[in-house]
Amino acid sequence: MIPLATVPVAALGLFGDAFNFVFSGREAATGGVQVGGPDQVLDLAIKQIEVTFLALGVAILLALPVGLILGHRGKGEFVAVTAGNAGRAIPELALIALMATAVGVGLFNLVVALAILGIPPILTNTFVGIRQVDRSSVEAAKGMGMTNREIITKVELPLAIPTIMGGVRTASINIIATATIAPLAGVLTLGDLIISRNVYGDAGVLAGAVLVALLALSLELALSGVQWALTSKGLKLQRA
Amino acid sequence: MIDFVKIASVNDEFFRDRSDGGCIQDNNLFCPNWVVDNFDRYVDPTLEHLVLVLAAVGIGFAIAFSLAILAHRRRWLASPFLAATGVLYTIPSISFFFLLLPLTGRGTTTAIIALTAFTLQIIFRNVITGLRNVPTEVTDAARGVGFTPRQLLWRVEIPLAMPEIIAGLRIATVSTVALATLAVFANGGGLGAQIIVGSNLTFKTGIIVAGSIAVIMAILFDALILLAGRLLTPWKRAAAL
Repeated sequence: MIPLATVPVAALGLFGDAFNFVFSGREAATGGVQVGGPDQVLDLAIKQIEVTFLALGVAILLALPVGLILGHRGKGEFVAVTAGNAGRAIPELALIALMATAVGVGLFNLVVALAILGIPPILTNTFVGIRQVDRSSVEAAKGMGMTNREIITKVELPLAIPTIMGGVRTASINIIATATIAPLAGVLTLGDLIISRNVYGDAGVLAGAVLVALLALSLELALSGVQWALTSKGLKLQRA
Repeated sequence: MIDFVKIASVNDEFFRDRSDGGCIQDNNLFCPNWVVDNFDRYVDPTLEHLVLVLAAVGIGFAIAFSLAILAHRRRWLASPFLAATGVLYTIPSISFFFLLLPLTGRGTTTAIIALTAFTLQIIFRNVITGLRNVPTEVTDAARGVGFTPRQLLWRVEIPLAMPEIIAGLRIATVSTVALATLAVFANGGGLGAQIIVGSNLTFKTGIIVAGSIAVIMAILFDALILLAGRLLTPWKRAAAL
């Protein structure tokens, strides 16, 4: 007997198959084993989120302090801006492929490769954001007797948050997109559903594509929330 | 569709050519002799890559530029356009390829649509910022000497917005050159096919050559657009003198 609920789902064609793939799984195209289903899909999604956050965290930890110091001192503009331009030119597929073959597969190497993609936009935006802070605000802070550290953390950083977060969001988009091809480097993320079509079939491919898109959009939404929370009240009032 | 599971197999034509002594067999990081002997295999993928980039950026520019002009005339359209292009920018291309699967199947068209969707936000944002940054005094003066809205747009606002427009075009083009390596997943050809299929993901020299061609292509495009921007804004050079 066919459950009533499957009728409208079947009408959606391939998207219906993808829906069924996620919620009930199916036999592998290669035969035998069962693939898909909520458990496996959740595992892959969690892996992709884990990899993305690790790489984004490493990129922020490395790029933010360097960008803050260079921006504060007004030095290294060439390095900071060139890094941003060069970073965009890195072909994601070649980077992951080379990492997997020349250095080795595994989580650590993957996170390093993804962090390399995330560093340039964060570094450039932090530098530019700090440089764009009105010099008179910095002079005023100096006049009030603030130390260099206080000027960076209490004046320059808060005023540069929107620009810095713009860099973080660009980095996160690059990283989560490239984490989709992580299975090539031996780490199974949601991208495995897309790449290993001969195992999961077209339903799995489409399910993977939908889930990756939703994940990327959710992360972007979450980061815009973080940006809103980090932006000082003064800046928000100014914009309103 | 390419069979990605075979990426571990070593019985590829790359390895039949043993003329280079141990380098290919040992799969060293870079085998220069192999590159010299096999460079012709990169000609077609490079041309395919060029087509992907030119089509995606060309169509993307046409759409984003039109949207920006529309949003410049009707201010309320800017936010929805920004949000819509933002969604298209955020969805990873590799995911986009397969969302299009039920509609356009696999192939170059699918790859171009997804890459075009990626470029829209970058170009739209820069064009609209450029148009908005045109000083009010300048537009007022142009109206004062009797410019129609159309003349104002094409002869004052767009030329003055040119630096931002060019900057957006550079970012979009360079990113698309890098991103187009993923078109192989949509069976769209390009240099990515030389990374994932041609070298079976195991032959380092093959990956390095294909990756390097993509980087060089990005740098050349960047320089070319920069030069075009200089030619389109002659008054900037005059001011610098």
